[in-house]
Amino acid sequence: MLRRTFVGIVSAAALTLGLGGAVSAQETMKVGLILPMTGPFASTGRQIEAAAKLYMQQNGDTVAGKKIQLIVKDDTGVADVTKRLAQELIVNDKVGVIAGFGLTPLALATAPLATQAKVPAVVMAAATSTITEASPFIVRTSGTLPQNAMPMAEWASQNGIKKVVTLVSDYGPGIDAEKAFSGAFTKAGGQVENLRVPLQNPDFSPFLQKVADAKPDALFVFVPSGVGAQFMKQFVERGLDKGGIKLIATGDVTDDDILNGMGDVALGTITTHYYSAAHDSPENKAFVDAFKKANNGMRPNFMAVGGYDGMHLIYEGLKKTNGAGGQALVDAMKGMSWTSPRGPITIDPQTRDIIQNVYVRKVERVNGELYNVEFATIEDVKDPVKAAKSN
Amino acid sequence: MQDKPFMSSLTTDEVATSLRRKGRWGLGEVLFWLAAAATLFFLPERHLILNEIAIIGLFAVSLDLILGYAGIVSLGHAAFFGVGAYVAGIFAKEMTGDPLTGLAVAGVAAALLGFATSFLVLRGADLTRLMVTLGVALVAGEIANQASWLTGGADGLQGIMMGPLLGMFEFDIFGTTAYAYSLVVLFVLFVVARRIVHSPFGLSLRSIRDNSLRARAVGIPVNRRLVAIYTISAAYAGIAGGLLAQTTQFVSLDVLAFHRSADVLLVLVIGGVGYLYGGLIGAVIFKVLQDILSSMTPQYWQFWIGLILVVLVLAGRERLTERARFLAGRLFGRSAGAPRTAPAREGRP
Repeated sequence: MLRRTFVGIVSAAALTLGLGGAVSAQETMKVGLILPMTGPFASTGRQIEAAAKLYMQQNGDTVAGKKIQLIVKDDTGVADVTKRLAQELIVNDKVGVIAGFGLTPLALATAPLATQAKVPAVVMAAATSTITEASPFIVRTSGTLPQNAMPMAEWASQNGIKKVVTLVSDYGPGIDAEKAFSGAFTKAGGQVENLRVPLQNPDFSPFLQKVADAKPDALFVFVPSGVGAQFMKQFVERGLDKGGIKLIATGDVTDDDILNGMGDVALGTITTHYYSAAHDSPENKAFVDAFKKANNGMRPNFMAVGGYDGMHLIYEGLKKTNGAGGQALVDAMKGMSWTSPRGPITIDPQTRDIIQNVYVRKVERVNGELYNVEFATIEDVKDPVKAAKSN
Repeated sequence: MQDKPFMSSLTTDEVATSLRRKGRWGLGEVLFWLAAAATLFFLPERHLILNEIAIIGLFAVSLDLILGYAGIVSLGHAAFFGVGAYVAGIFAKEMTGDPLTGLAVAGVAAALLGFATSFLVLRGADLTRLMVTLGVALVAGEIANQASWLTGGADGLQGIMMGPLLGMFEFDIFGTTAYAYSLVVLFVLFVVARRIVHSPFGLSLRSIRDNSLRARAVGIPVNRRLVAIYTISAAYAGIAGGLLAQTTQFVSLDVLAFHRSADVLLVLVIGGVGYLYGGLIGAVIFKVLQDILSSMTPQYWQFWIGLILVVLVLAGRERLTERARFLAGRLFGRSAGAPRTAPAREGRP
């Protein structure tokens, strides 16, 4: 009896879920947005979802005669769940595009599916260089770690920094950042020592002690979006800010979402990144204002801009293909270029990765709030890893 | 409520009869498996999640063997699940993509780890066991993280290519082969587990659980029995992990994470401890709830899951199942007071 009741519940649930998918006609284009909405990387999901919804609100939900329907799924940041959700979205909901992907493993787990089902996958967050090589259907609107880390190395060597310790999270993007930074910095004549912290539940203090002992000119850091605040706190607790060690990082550490909460300790941190909410352009001002208004004052970060541009890419791609998906849509996305809130960007037709400006920024107080204020621009940066391969 | 104590005054014949009676397949059980088999044909759109349910169900059965029947509490059962998943994944990548061979290897590897760590679990009482099992899982997780040349580290093990099942059935994108495969494996292992718990061996486990001193006094080799069941349970968990690796063709560090151990404990608590179907029913409820709630509110579903769990515990699952059993008994004309296989063991973790 009880058992059958459960079976009944299961079937009823399955039916309702199944029907929900079947009702829509062929004139809709479904976009499956798979994001970590709960768990340690929930901020990534929240930002991207908000940005995607904002884009649809601003640009309407009809493109090339098709109604765009966004289906948001929570993968909790767990790779096998991401893969299952993607599979369900493709098989049951018949989505035309899958998008999102908060972390590298999540994108890599899903890559074979995109290839198998010929469904374009728009990576809006994950930043390991190799992701776009995992499937010919992957297009990226976030950025890669080497793209941000190499300009940092160049800036450091030009600004009197001779010895650097790198501290990165021990997974794909972290290792990418470490390699890119170390390679470029040693080539410019600098000296580098590498440290890696675990991705899950990082405790930075033992590593920071090592840094204090090594007495470098600067400490280069990469941690994923959201973890920066914790790092900053321990950096100050160890007194490293007073020890004359300059803090340089990729923009992930001084993430706009949490920067203001870090307090004065973050002041003066030099970072390189593709997006700052303080970027001075009319497009960005409009974007930041609209985003804040729609989300209770939440400041957009680079995840949000990745999601916003990802939706733009999908919209423009569909316009170009007149609503067709699959291979045609990926082809239409290749080489597309526009002015995003972050500045001019282009989808590299060869690698399907993004070409964008990288800015050197410094944390400053502007109108009472902390911002990454840009003071130098390196234009049209391609992913250095893939650029090196093609040469 | 406790099971009737195993009285030494029962004659061998009476024990044998009682075991046989409990071991008989009830109508409800047959219906349960028929319904499960029916989902293969009638719910083609949900095979992916059903596959996950079958795997978690098997994992929960594995935990129930030690927790519900032998009274060994564990917060680190994911160690065996994860080892099974990694072994199956690496085996498929490096040796052969044949699923059944890989699954056997995964089970054996997890059993070996289970056997080796069972001696740690023998020492101490519940709290020690919680800590030891938790520790074993943490160690396994860190090894997998550090050995990134073998496991892919935090990026996950990629490039697993599975061969066709039995050389005939390719794993398809709809998850049908995967689900059929997992369901059959679950069924076979369930039958074996059922046989185990209804055997004299299973009975001796229960007497150890209820009073290990007395069990020792009547001549049951307590430690040997516990080592045996712990090893069997580890093999089960390893096979569940192997199934996950083979059917998703991806393994991430997450298979060894603490939340896997916690989730499976939760599943078991929802469904019922010391009752093999408890794990399966719990897995169905847990996954279906999670799926429905998380598609309704991707951001806040965990709140609702938590709330439902609290309500479930407050209302008393034991009482709910008791009532359902009573009704079932009335409906099928069986006596409601028939001997129960599931002793209520409230107040234990």
